[in-house]
Amino acid sequence: MLTAFAILTDGLAYAAYLFMVAVGLTLIFGVMKILNVAHGSFYAFGAYGAAMAAGIYYDRGLPEAGGFLFMILMAMAIGLVLGLILERGILRFVYGKDEVIIVLVTYAVFLILEDVIVFIWGPQSYAAYQPMVWAGNIEIGDLILSNYDILLVAIAAGLALFAYWALKFTRYGRLLTVVIFDRETAAAFGINVTVVYTVTFIIGAMLGALGGAMMAPKISVTLGIGVEVIVLAFAVVAVGGMGSIEGALVGALIVGICRAAAVHLMPQIELFVIYAVMALVLVFRPYGLFTRAQPRKI
Amino acid sequence: MLSRANLIGALLFLAAGVVGLFLPPWLVSLLTIAFANALVVLGLIILWRAGLVPFGQALYYCSGAYTVALLARWGGIGDAFVLLIAGGLVAGVVAFLTGFLLARYREIFFAMLSLAMSMILYGVLVKTETLGSTDGFGVDPPHFLGYAPHGDTLGFTLYWFVLLVCAIAALVIGAYFKSVAGALAVPIRDNEIRVEFLGISVTRLIHMKLVIAGTLAGVGGALAAMTIGHVDPNMAYWTTSGGFVFVTILAGAGSVAAAFVGSLVFEIVRSFAFAVLPGFWQMTLGIVLLLTILFLPEGLGSLATRFRRRKPDTKPVATS
Amino acid sequence: MSAILSVSGLEKTFGSVVAARDISLDIPAQQTVGVIGANGAGKTTFVNMITGHLRPTKGTILFEGRDITGLPSRDITQMGISRSFQVAQVFPSLSVFDNMCAATAIARGDGRFVSAALRSVRAPEIAADVNVAIELFQIAAYRDTLASTLPQGIRKLLDIAMAVAGAPRVLLLDEPTSGISIEEKFQLMDVVMSALKARNITVLFVEHDMEIVERFADRVLAFYDGTVIADGSPGETLGQARVQELITGAKLKSPRGEASTHA
Repeated sequence: MLTAFAILTDGLAYAAYLFMVAVGLTLIFGVMKILNVAHGSFYAFGAYGAAMAAGIYYDRGLPEAGGFLFMILMAMAIGLVLGLILERGILRFVYGKDEVIIVLVTYAVFLILEDVIVFIWGPQSYAAYQPMVWAGNIEIGDLILSNYDILLVAIAAGLALFAYWALKFTRYGRLLTVVIFDRETAAAFGINVTVVYTVTFIIGAMLGALGGAMMAPKISVTLGIGVEVIVLAFAVVAVGGMGSIEGALVGALIVGICRAAAVHLMPQIELFVIYAVMALVLVFRPYGLFTRAQPRKI
Repeated sequence: MLSRANLIGALLFLAAGVVGLFLPPWLVSLLTIAFANALVVLGLIILWRAGLVPFGQALYYCSGAYTVALLARWGGIGDAFVLLIAGGLVAGVVAFLTGFLLARYREIFFAMLSLAMSMILYGVLVKTETLGSTDGFGVDPPHFLGYAPHGDTLGFTLYWFVLLVCAIAALVIGAYFKSVAGALAVPIRDNEIRVEFLGISVTRLIHMKLVIAGTLAGVGGALAAMTIGHVDPNMAYWTTSGGFVFVTILAGAGSVAAAFVGSLVFEIVRSFAFAVLPGFWQMTLGIVLLLTILFLPEGLGSLATRFRRRKPDTKPVATS
Repeated sequence: MSAILSVSGLEKTFGSVVAARDISLDIPAQQTVGVIGANGAGKTTFVNMITGHLRPTKGTILFEGRDITGLPSRDITQMGISRSFQVAQVFPSLSVFDNMCAATAIARGDGRFVSAALRSVRAPEIAADVNVAIELFQIAAYRDTLASTLPQGIRKLLDIAMAVAGAPRVLLLDEPTSGISIEEKFQLMDVVMSALKARNITVLFVEHDMEIVERFADRVLAFYDGTVIADGSPGETLGQARVQELITGAKLKSPRGEASTHA
C-alpha cells in the first residue's frame, strides 16, 4: 500500500516535470510541424539560467520566495531571447523543406548550443537547491514528501489548465488551434501565419526553459542534461500525440507513473520501460493517443 | 558484372590500403573507424533513397558490437572473420524482427519508432551489471585465420580487414542499386501508392531495405568493436544514431562512394575540430551540418554528379 | 461467352454512408464500357473496389472466374486488372523513360520482391518494352523529360501507359480526360483507345463528358446514388428520361441548331 502511494506521488512529480518539458515541444510541432531537437537546449538554458539567477539572488538577505520567482523569470527571459534568435535567425529559412530535414536543422542547432552553454557557463556543475530547501517537506504517515514536488505538480496542473483555457477561450488560442488543424486554410482566411510561427516558437522556448528552471533545484545542472531530456520529451510527445497538449499531459502521466513503478518494483527496467511504453503506443497508435491520422486521397 | 565503376572502386580501396602503410598508427586507426562507420552510412543511404530516415540505426550498430564483444569475452571466439559474420548476422536478425513493425511507418513516426527501439536497447544495457552497465567492457584484439598480430601491425591488419569488408559491401550494394528492388527506392519515395498499384508490395521492399541497412550497421559495429577494443551502451544512444544521420546528410544519397567519402570527410572534420578548437567541436559539427543542409542539400556526393554533368554529351543521371 | 469481369451484389458502406449498393453486372472481354454519373454517385468507389483499394462490405468480384474480392491492389494488378488515376499518379523525380522502366520492371517481376533484388533494372528487355510503349502512347518526344515538368495531357498519357505496362487484360480509367482542355480531350482519347484496342484490353472508363462517352463506349453504365440505374448502349442509356433527369440533362439545341450534351 505504501509502495503504491509512493509510486503515485513519485509518478506525479515526474509526470509534472515531463509535462512541462514536453508541452513546449508538442506545441511547436502542432503549429509548425517541426520536431524541435533544440528543445533540449531550451531546457538546458533554462536550468543554467535559473542556477545563475539563484547564485545572484540568494545569500543577499532577500526574501526566499522571491528567489524562486527570480529564477523562473530569468529562465523565461532567456527562453524568449533564444527562441526569437533561433526562429528569426535560422529556422525561418528552412520552413519549406522536408519535415525530416528541418529536424536535422534543429539537431544542428542543438549541437551548436551545447557548446554555447560550455562557452557561457563552463564545464562545471551548478546547484540551485535553495527553493527546494525553502519549500521543505511534509510527512504523510511513513512517507516524506518534498513540498517542492507538490509545488511542481501544482504548477504543471496550473499550466495545463491555462493552456486548455487559452486555446479554447482566447482569440489567439483559437487562432493557434486553426493553424494546428490546417495551416493553408488558416492562411487563406487571412491569419498571419508567419507571426503565429514566431510567437509559437517563442512560447515553446519559454515553456522549455521554464521546465529547466523548475527542475534545476532537483538536479545537478551540468553538461548533457539537454541530451537526456530531449529524448524523454520525444517519448512523452510520441505517446500523447504530436501536437496535442492534452496528449502531452496524458503522455507525461503514463510515462511518469510507469517509470515510478519501475523504480520501486524493478529498478533494472527503469530506463527501458519508458521507451518500451513509447514503442508500444506507437505500435498501436502510430500518431499517438490524441492525434488523428491524415489520410491521402488519390 | 565487373563494370568500370567497380574497377575504379577496387583500385581506390587498394590505394587506400597502400597509403595506410605510410601513415602514423593514430591516423590509420582513425581511418579504420571512418571506414567502419561508412558501412552504417551506406545502410542509411539505402533507406534515405526510399525516403526513410531512421533515428535508431545505433540499435543494429550496437547489436553487432556487443555480439563481437560477448563472443570474444565469453564465447572464446577470437577469429575476426567469425566475429564479423556473427555480428552481422545478429544485427540482421534484429533488423528482420524489428522490420516487421518499422516497415509500416513513414517519415517522423518511422524516425521516432526506430529511435524508441534503439533507446530500449540502451536502457537494457545501462542497467545490466554483468555487462558493465555504463562502462561497458573491453574486447580482446582478434586474430585473422590464425594470424595474430600485435601493436602497430594489428592496427594495419585491422585497417586492411575493414577495407576488404568495405570493398565487398560496396560491390554488393552497388549491384543492389542497379537491381529492380534498389532502383524502386525513388519511386517509393515519390509515390508509394502507385508502386503498390503497379503490382509489388512496398512494405516488403522496405522490410528488405531495413534488413540490409541493419546488417550493414551491425557489420560496422562489429568492426568498430574490434578496432576500438571496447563496447559500451553509448553505442546504442540516440546521439550515436544522430551522428550517423549527420554523416549521411553530409555524404548525400547519390552513390555508394558517397558513404565512404562522407564518412572520411566527417572523421577529418571532427578530428580537426577536436584538435584545433577542442571547446567547440560540437558547434563546428553543428555549423557544418547546417551549412550542408542549407547550401548543399544533396550532400557532398552531388558535387561529383555536378562535375559529371558538365561534360556535354553525358546523359542526365537519373539514379546510380 | 463468359464475362471477363463479373460483379454481384456489391455493396460498400462507410459507417452510415452507403457509397455503393447492390451492384451486379457482367462485362464481356474486350468491351469498352463508359461509366457515368454525378460526383458522389459511386463511380470511383466501384473502381476502387474492383482494383483492391477498398474492400467491399458485401458482394463478390470475379475476374476470369477467380474470386478477387478484397485482395490487395498489388495482387489484383499482377493478376491482370490495372487502373489509371483521376489525378495522374507518376514519379515526379524521374524521367518519362524511368517512370516506364519502373512500371515495366515491376510488371515483369510477378510481384516477387526478393527476385526484384536480383534482376537488373537496366535490362534490355525492359528498355525495349518501354520504347514500344512510349511510341504507342505517343509520348516518345518526352522520353527524357522529368515527370514533374510534363504538360497535363502527357502526364495523363504517362499515367495510363504505366498502367498498361503489365499487359493487363482489364483496364479501368478514372476520368482520363479530367483536367484536359476541351480541344485536346478527343485527341487524348483517340491515342489511348487505339493503343488499348491494339492490345485487346477490356476497358472501363469513368467520364463526365458525354460526347466522349458516345464516341468511344460500346456500353454505358449510369450510376446514381450508389447504384446502376441504366445499362445499355450509349444511344439507349443516354436517351433514357431518368438518366437525362438525374445525370446528363436534356439535350439542348445550341444557337447553331446543333444538339450537344455535357454533364
